[in-house]
Amino acid sequence: MKRLRTHRVLASVAALAAVVSLPACGAEVGTERSGASAVKPVVSADAVKVGLLNSLSGTMAISEVTVRNSLRLAIDEINADGGVLGRKIVPVSEDGASDWPTFAEKAGKLVRKDRVAATFGCWTSASRKAVKPVFEKYRSPLFYPVQYEGMEQSPYIFYAGATTNQQIIPALDYLKKEGVKSLYLVGSDYVFPRTANKEIRAYAKANGIEIAGEDYAPLGSTEFATITNKVKASGADAVFNTLNGDSNVSFFKEYKSAELNPKELPVVSVSIAEEEVKGIGAQYLKGQLTSWNYYQTTPSAKNKSFVAAYKKRYGADKPTSDPMEAAYTSVYLWKAMVEKAGSFDVEKVRKAADGVTYDAPEGKVTVDGETQHIEKTARIGRIRGDGLIEEVWNSGGPIKPDPFLKSYDWASGLS
Amino acid sequence: MNISPRLRAPAGFAVAAALLFLAAPLVLSDFRLGLLAKYLCWAIVALGIGLAWGRGGMLTLGQGLFFGLGGYAMAMHLKLADAGDGKLPDFMTLYGSGTELPWWWEPFRSPVFALAMVLVVPMAVAAVIGLAVFRRRVRGAYFAILSQALCAAFAIWLVGQQTSTGGTNGLTDIQGFFGYDLGDPKNQRMVYFIIAAVLLALMIGVRQLYVSRYGELLVAVRDSEERVRFLGYDPALVKLGAYVLAAGMAGIAGALFVPAVGIMSPALIGVVPSIEFLIGAAIGGRASLPGVVLGAVAVAWARSSLSEQFPSGWTYVQGLIFIVAVAFLPGGLASLKKYVVRRPASVETPAQPARKPAAEEVPA
Repeated sequence: MKRLRTHRVLASVAALAAVVSLPACGAEVGTERSGASAVKPVVSADAVKVGLLNSLSGTMAISEVTVRNSLRLAIDEINADGGVLGRKIVPVSEDGASDWPTFAEKAGKLVRKDRVAATFGCWTSASRKAVKPVFEKYRSPLFYPVQYEGMEQSPYIFYAGATTNQQIIPALDYLKKEGVKSLYLVGSDYVFPRTANKEIRAYAKANGIEIAGEDYAPLGSTEFATITNKVKASGADAVFNTLNGDSNVSFFKEYKSAELNPKELPVVSVSIAEEEVKGIGAQYLKGQLTSWNYYQTTPSAKNKSFVAAYKKRYGADKPTSDPMEAAYTSVYLWKAMVEKAGSFDVEKVRKAADGVTYDAPEGKVTVDGETQHIEKTARIGRIRGDGLIEEVWNSGGPIKPDPFLKSYDWASGLS
Repeated sequence: MNISPRLRAPAGFAVAAALLFLAAPLVLSDFRLGLLAKYLCWAIVALGIGLAWGRGGMLTLGQGLFFGLGGYAMAMHLKLADAGDGKLPDFMTLYGSGTELPWWWEPFRSPVFALAMVLVVPMAVAAVIGLAVFRRRVRGAYFAILSQALCAAFAIWLVGQQTSTGGTNGLTDIQGFFGYDLGDPKNQRMVYFIIAAVLLALMIGVRQLYVSRYGELLVAVRDSEERVRFLGYDPALVKLGAYVLAAGMAGIAGALFVPAVGIMSPALIGVVPSIEFLIGAAIGGRASLPGVVLGAVAVAWARSSLSEQFPSGWTYVQGLIFIVAVAFLPGGLASLKKYVVRRPASVETPAQPARKPAAEEVPA
């Protein structure tokens, strides 16, 4: 009796599923979609919503919260100044929770439920890769504030951070100029370091620099005795460091206890900014090199007011860093694009993007419409004892973004 | 409310079917329905956890391993299908050193092979682990630690093989599902219905298992392995069955997760996600069939809506709920039923007197 009933239920459930699913089949791959998936932003007479998508919990929170802070600062400044096209910007916050699928979920929520006009955020490449299809599918723009490994160009992402030819290649040029003949590569085991090191190897081969070694530590790893010993034994002239987060603390402590020093074996880091220097401890980093597009010490009138406004709002001991500045700048760039387009319509804003400029804290930046990257000035800095970074070299002017390194002969085999 | 106990289960399934197939699609927006599809995948994992942990007493803290194996099998096929005949998935041309597809990717071009692997790989891996572990009578914390170590190792391996697995990024940007464009909202609904149907079918299957002789034997092994051994059964085999089935379910869930969310990454299969799989089952009541499913969906739902409401403080609320549930309701939300229906239950003629208490009082 019981068995019979359960079977009947099973059969009716299956039938129901079949009936409901059959008419539900939509477009096949390659055919035109039945429902236009583009979501138009909702803009009222006096307000426009934008999404802020950063990790407020999890391992990335320590970095991403600072980006969130500067995004809020820019939004409040713009609102105090009359908003964008007469509308106040209303930020909608979401927590990516340092988890890539969560980023995808929250991106979908911002675009589809809140119908924001633009979204600002993401830090890791993995989170950007996770949200990229969402923004492309619903045709909504994302402003990404962090330097990354290049090799990407999504029509719905504006890359406000540096691509490789604005950060890594200038750093290599600088090292070459300083007479470095042999380089040791140390990185965390994820996409950015592995891709960056592939590019560094190609550059080194073309420029007669020897790669003395290449080592990866798992993200969050704190065991660096082996790697430092290998670095020490390799006889390299410099270390190119793409380690991320906490790992830097252990790496630089080991480096110091191995009696290595920045004069004989300098470390160039591309993921250590002012915020991270504070976390690692300036005493371990003094004299080491970094490569970015902005430092808190960058001399510009706009930077003075940016640093002052940030410290006033979040505390005098809070430093400003490159990703924070890029995030701050990205809000102003979006504003300028919208004003140039005279509309919040995403396609019009994208069309208007080319040539939009902004006098940012890092200096004048220009949007390159073709790649949707930003022309930025590269700056090599040396970490000081007080935790700030002082510029020792810059590229002399903004560098045109080249995410696929098309203009570099040595990079032809990379993509 | 006077449903005879014999009709209770079929009635429950009918209600679940009505909710999943009629109410949810009518009430929820496409976006929320997409999220529900994701929660249902977690419910499928929880169903397996309910079987292996709730009924079998094996603390399966490493289901992420099987979820990942099933998920990657599916994602690899879909990536290859997206790329087209003879072409490489996009990430391989970006990060890969060569232009050749790794040999172990090649068979995944076949949809039949990929679908078979979704089940075969997780279950085979579980069978090998299970045979080695249960024969040696490894139990409790040691089993849990071993499960965790295996899924951590798998996640680290995936991250390290960036050129062939996509590394930390995982496999993203999945466009099609066996020829259907996942960008189309209609197809997203279809994926939801498939997931809901699979969940219901598995629930019915698991329920049949619970009331079968094997189900009783499994509970007996959980409560007193030695006695079962003296009765002439082999507890290792009994546990192995539940463990392998749970792995199969996690594999199916991982495979269905891919079209529902469009991503498969090591972030979904490490230590933390494996613990999160367990939380839903624990809160819902690990030994109860509706308990694990509702618990998994409720926890995932709460996670989404709490983090939307309080983006900067929701993790505390989630932690608090978990602590309260563990401290005051060790049997999970399903044990609330005991308090609510105590009186009517004593009036009814007890249909299955022996089984009920065993299911509620679970040793840790």
